Amino acid sequence: MAKKGWSRPPMTKERLRNQFRSLIGNPFNVIVFITLLLLFTLIIIPLLAMVQNTFVVAKSELRNIPGAKIGDYTLWYWKYLLASPLTKTILWVPLRNSLIIGAFVTVVSVPLGALMAWLMVRTDIPGKKLLSALILIPYMIPSWCKALSWMTIFRNPKMGGNGVLTSLGIPVPDWLSSGFIPIIIVMTMHYYAFSYIMASGALRSINSELEEMGEIQGATKAQILKSITLPLILPSILSATIMTISKSIGTYGVAARLGGNNPDGTPFYVLATRMKDFINNSPKGVGYAMSLLMILLAAGTIIVNQKLIGTRKSYATIGGKGTRSNLIPLRGAKYPMLIIISVFLVIAMVMPVFFLVMESFQIVPGAGYGPDNLTLYAWIGELQSAPNPAFNQNGLFKNSEFARALGNTVKLSLIASLITAVFGQFFGYITTRGRGKWYGNMVEQLIFIPYLMPGVAFSAIYFSMFSQPRLGGLIPSLYGTFTLILLVSIVKHFPFASRSGSSNMMQISVELEEAASINGAGFWRRIRSIVIPLAKNGFLSGFLLSFISIAKELDLIAILMTPKNYTLSFLAFDYSKEAMPQVADAICIVIIVFILVTNRIADKFGGNVSKSM
Amino acid sequence: MSKIVLEHIDKFYGDNHVLRDINLTIEDGDFMTLLGPSGCGKTTTLRVISGLEKAQHGTMTMDDRTIIDADKAFFEAPSKRGLNLVFQSYALWPHMTVFENVAFGLKIKKMKKEEIEETVMKALKTMRIEEYRGRYPNELSGGQQQRVAIARAIASSPRLLLLDEPLSNLDARLRIDMRAELKRLHRETGTTIIYVTHDQVEALTMSTKIALFKEGEISQIATPLELYTNPIDLQAADFIGNPRINFIEAKGRFDGEDLHVVSAFGEFVFTKDRLKLDEEIPQGKEFDCVLGLRPEMVDIYTEDPHHKNTVEATVYANQPAGSETLVTLTVGGTEFLAIQTGLVEYDMNQKVFVVLHPGRMNVYNKKTGRLIKFAKTKHKAGVDD
Repeated sequence: MAKKGWSRPPMTKERLRNQFRSLIGNPFNVIVFITLLLLFTLIIIPLLAMVQNTFVVAKSELRNIPGAKIGDYTLWYWKYLLASPLTKTILWVPLRNSLIIGAFVTVVSVPLGALMAWLMVRTDIPGKKLLSALILIPYMIPSWCKALSWMTIFRNPKMGGNGVLTSLGIPVPDWLSSGFIPIIIVMTMHYYAFSYIMASGALRSINSELEEMGEIQGATKAQILKSITLPLILPSILSATIMTISKSIGTYGVAARLGGNNPDGTPFYVLATRMKDFINNSPKGVGYAMSLLMILLAAGTIIVNQKLIGTRKSYATIGGKGTRSNLIPLRGAKYPMLIIISVFLVIAMVMPVFFLVMESFQIVPGAGYGPDNLTLYAWIGELQSAPNPAFNQNGLFKNSEFARALGNTVKLSLIASLITAVFGQFFGYITTRGRGKWYGNMVEQLIFIPYLMPGVAFSAIYFSMFSQPRLGGLIPSLYGTFTLILLVSIVKHFPFASRSGSSNMMQISVELEEAASINGAGFWRRIRSIVIPLAKNGFLSGFLLSFISIAKELDLIAILMTPKNYTLSFLAFDYSKEAMPQVADAICIVIIVFILVTNRIADKFGGNVSKSM
Repeated sequence: MSKIVLEHIDKFYGDNHVLRDINLTIEDGDFMTLLGPSGCGKTTTLRVISGLEKAQHGTMTMDDRTIIDADKAFFEAPSKRGLNLVFQSYALWPHMTVFENVAFGLKIKKMKKEEIEETVMKALKTMRIEEYRGRYPNELSGGQQQRVAIARAIASSPRLLLLDEPLSNLDARLRIDMRAELKRLHRETGTTIIYVTHDQVEALTMSTKIALFKEGEISQIATPLELYTNPIDLQAADFIGNPRINFIEAKGRFDGEDLHVVSAFGEFVFTKDRLKLDEEIPQGKEFDCVLGLRPEMVDIYTEDPHHKNTVEATVYANQPAGSETLVTLTVGGTEFLAIQTGLVEYDMNQKVFVVLHPGRMNVYNKKTGRLIKFAKTKHKAGVDD
């Protein structure tokens, strides 16, 4: 009875009409279409536009390229970057620096994070409840805040003033005050979180029966750890490694703050900082070309990771059944291990915040904490009564720039995270309902693209796309507008928002919707009566987490900033470059408090900082 | 009135041909069960009927109204087919109370408030859950959730009720209760029901008709009795019946009038009128065949009953299970299972006399696996053979 493969029936007018009707009549199809169009416009076209810009003569290069007209095709930018006498200084040295930083950050932070994850998940380390509440806080403190804090301690006159140590008469060598070592340490205090979150997730998913079986077979604790536990979490550790490399290579804020100068007096560059200089100065085309290289580098590592892990990942989730897991007694190592974690928390959380707070009360930074050097000026002072002639700004709460930046930050975070979260839910809906279908896969892949790009490179794309009028003036130049910053914040957070959306939608079984549709509910009615009520909490936590992430963002918007659009992060970053770090510190503290409070609220709705990666 | 006709339905998932030329007619008031092991296409068929899936080929009509015409890409919307569906997972909306769950479809139909109240309460009463109207699904037991799901489906008085393995998430005792409940529901409402299950007991006890699925095809459509007595092929015979049917290897010879079958039990002769002549039966030469013998059709005696179809057998094992006793027997190296009601004790290796009823046996052509000789559906022990 079996028939041969299905052959398409003839295309009759009636068939065509019915197909068209069901295509248009179903709002879901329309939404998928709009989504694809949107993603294409917001991600693919800007990327292509930037690629194009690296091959086209811009106005500023007219004098460099004899005989060329604006808009001519040229290889000049790429030659400048890859094959000119400058190549060594502008490309190879920053690239080397970035790779060295990436390598060291990874080598230190991955084992650190994995060790802490193992201690927290699988051992009987004391004070677990408190520790687990604290252990991700260092990650929530923006990395550039930690960089500022590093400066409060290790600044030396070469970095523009005294820090805590120099004020105590302890000379700080240049290598401790700026360059590789500080950048690596600060990034380690940030990116440990990747391996911590991934390894603890994997460890939690391992059924302790697997380890107990090893014990029954006569294996010792060390053998079990080595031959059962470690291999099982290896895929996630590998993932974390790649993520850490990719992220630390792409980080801008920390390197910009702590880069300082090389011993020969030239500025210390990594790829991200070098690229930003090109884009904000000239030649921009070279900056675009560099950002393409950064994207290739970051995307390359992540894609390698996906390919590498893809097939092996499967066993990382084995055995969800046994939530009961027997903890491994640490015995004598209990307190030494506790001390390790505590020291880490002190270095990565207590000290940065403490010294930021303390410096914000100082009249002259690095002049000690004597009563004659303390003031509330950075918080509430006014310029006419400034205790330090170097002050050129009012204190935080009297400062119109702060007020404006606060307003901008709230406006940006609120609008961007709201839009991102709403879109995220829709994307999640499309990818879960279209799983295995072409449009589901396509949306998923398109959304993944911004994730592959370091923030600073991503904003370079938008800069190149929108710093000139497009579509014959239909889209005006958006450079210097709030809209552009909003747009870039939204699109860069699509991957995260869509993941939170799809994990949310995954919990809403398709059958719940099918039941409604059989009862006569159309698409919008199903969304309104079934999906939204059930997706509410997930939506809220996704919204709050995007909110935090956007509020603290620096790398992503640094290139696009103009004074009237300054956000808190950028204002603090900007102030820290001047002789008034106290106000910058104060802003950092405001941001940190804000993040911790919002995170607490998100926690209540089942949100979790580990989901924001 | 609703007569449903499916014709030449084909369904593909990519290159995977999951439904192969499904033809099925469901008469008004039928309790039609789609029966088969998992992955055989029965749920897909149900979803095609409901409109949740689209077939690539074929047509479906309800009372001569076209619901599906795949060649013209015409698919009536699920809500306009006058049917309702009970999901295996129940798919109750967790954020709505029992009342709201049942009322949802009626609200969409823009029914008046009092009317909704009345209709919902009627459905809840039918399912005997009116006292739970204010509860949320997660405050109900599995059985109660099941009743809510059915109440929600019948509230809109569908002409056709689709049930997808509704009992599979219930424990054994509740399952028997719900079987009775569903049978009663079918009688009371007279609604046409299509019921999907992999459980043959559910199929045999509740249906008026069963469509047996095998790898995306319907291998047999019959009444429960007919399906049980005369499964169309060896696989169907193997699937239906618990404990399983005994297959006895045999040699057949058909001379155009009678079929002679020789096995460990001796020779049986079947006349032409009991044969299925449209099947392949080699004429005039010996061929391999298989005897199908239901365990309950073997009578065991400790003394020779002097019946013409008596065979001497040896007890291999004995499994008394309260209401029935399973006895494994051997005759000349051929092992088979017999079932007797009540508790009976046999010793291991005890010699017994077994009376067989050839008229109630099935004969299959081993090569094609198809049924070639019918068993009688109506029988009185000791009278016919």
